[in-house]
Amino acid sequence: MVAVRYETAFKLYPYEKVSDQSGPVQRHPVVIVGGGPVGLALALDLGKKGSPALVLDDHDGAGLGSKAICFANRTLNIANRLGACGPMVDKGVVWNVGRVFHGDAALFEFDLQPDAGHRNPAFINLQQPYFERFLVDEIRVAQAAGMPIEIRGRNGLTGVTNHGDYVTLDVDTPDGPYQLEADYLIACDGARSVTRDMMGLSFDGRVFEDNFLIADVKMKADFPTERWFWFEPPFKDSGQSALLHKQPDDIWRIDFQLGWDIDREKEMDPDRIRARVDAMLSSQTGDVPDYTLEWTSIYTFQCRRMKSFRHGPVFFAGDSAHQVSPFGARGANSGVQDADNLAWKLDLVLKGLADDVLLDSYATEREFGADENILNSSRATDFMTPKSEISKLFRNAVLDLAGKHAFARPLVNSGRLSQPCTYDGFDLFGDDALVGPAVSRPGAPCPDAPFDNGFLLDHLKGGFTLLSIGGTAPPSVTAGGLSTQVLHVDAPSQELAARYLGTADAAIYLIRPDQHVAARWTDADATQISGALDIACGRPA
Amino acid sequence: MTPLITDPNLPDPDGFYAELLDAHGGCSADETHALNARLVLLLANHIGDRDVLRQALAAARRA
Repeated sequence: MVAVRYETAFKLYPYEKVSDQSGPVQRHPVVIVGGGPVGLALALDLGKKGSPALVLDDHDGAGLGSKAICFANRTLNIANRLGACGPMVDKGVVWNVGRVFHGDAALFEFDLQPDAGHRNPAFINLQQPYFERFLVDEIRVAQAAGMPIEIRGRNGLTGVTNHGDYVTLDVDTPDGPYQLEADYLIACDGARSVTRDMMGLSFDGRVFEDNFLIADVKMKADFPTERWFWFEPPFKDSGQSALLHKQPDDIWRIDFQLGWDIDREKEMDPDRIRARVDAMLSSQTGDVPDYTLEWTSIYTFQCRRMKSFRHGPVFFAGDSAHQVSPFGARGANSGVQDADNLAWKLDLVLKGLADDVLLDSYATEREFGADENILNSSRATDFMTPKSEISKLFRNAVLDLAGKHAFARPLVNSGRLSQPCTYDGFDLFGDDALVGPAVSRPGAPCPDAPFDNGFLLDHLKGGFTLLSIGGTAPPSVTAGGLSTQVLHVDAPSQELAARYLGTADAAIYLIRPDQHVAARWTDADATQISGALDIACGRPA
Repeated sequence: MTPLITDPNLPDPDGFYAELLDAHGGCSADETHALNARLVLLLANHIGDRDVLRQALAAARRA
């Protein structure tokens, strides 16, 4: 019998008995453990490409509680590629502006997306259960159209045997245990990954000695839709920092940094939490608005990652592979980028269009992404919680200067909000034979831009794309059985020209299925392009 | 790489030294440390050259 570990916010995939549970052991090409944002995005991506994906989750829906709330532009672009973005942006709270305070002083504000011409905003705030629900809604649409995705709720993993070229899984259900086999197993089962533990793999890193109190409160308040962050907040008993941020459904996320030596039980007393929240809210409005406490918890965090995200046929993605502090929204966002990176590679390998070695690049690329996130997250934490007298001295010097002098503002670190990484110098990326903008160099995720009454990224949805701007459209190129689609832009919008041409008159881009630029040229012949396509698929040139 | 200037470069060195100390006049130890930290940040931004700053950090540590 599979145990219930938490309450669900939405029941999305109720348990149903399937034939695998009684017949002989069935082999599946891809089994995904964990139906969170990462596992669901991966399943949807694979299914839409026509590759089968089976998701196992030990619950029957999205877990209730304080989880990811902040989804970044790149994640929304990925969700848009998967057809699930519309409801997320409709439901989410769109925000671009952040405001930083030190004590009573308002230091400065920042705008994360000052330039126009993107389909999606810099960020939306949306409770994670909604994010999962919208992915499942789109999975149901895909299933109805015959795409090979299956989700099995209340299917908990109890054993993993790695045979080197396939995996045997022991699964527990309300009707008892059964076994499955998988060519590839993708562990998207979170920071406490059962898969990782059962395989005896380590998860090392740095523990930060600090406690944060989360209070999600429901209230009607007309605070602006901005991220407000206080260093040394002026309101009573608020700790070393505090955060106020709006979510949908009139919910506001409040965070208080309480320090290391606290009495957790005492701090979780609702009266004590209400006193803190009262002090914060009344500092803004003069009196305490009506509110209810929807969710409270105290968390500590670590920054750590697995040494390798690939162990033969087993892959780790999202929090199972890497964990960061919440400041910067680099958890769920980087996990969805993991799924985005892995899906097309698995798809090509399953279809025989690329060798298994292509999958190694998932690990190298995303381990690099995780390192970048951990670096940013650790630096933010060190700024917010100075670890020595001198680090506190410099931290406060920065804050003292930031109110008056613009130069000090970039040094203020209340979380460097999630940005996708650029795979500079990685093996699968080819020529940069264009004197073009850095923002779209090989390795970078394609920036969006207005195009054809819509947006460019709307057109980068299938496999590899040859984007040609100006000049004449190149013919589609085929290499190793794989063809590119061709997207020709005769008269680019101002933003598209700025982001893809710079001072050049014409350009040709080879773009991966995950919308990262593989190579670019001023002009290229079929041999150059097919060579770059080979490199992008991990085939020796 | 621009080398860190370690030869005399300040006009009226005695006058600068007096101004530096005057700036700290009446400060408690904590205030003096805070002032120095702000000064380092202001000057570092003015220099704006990471190579020069790295050489300066190394030279200060060696002294």
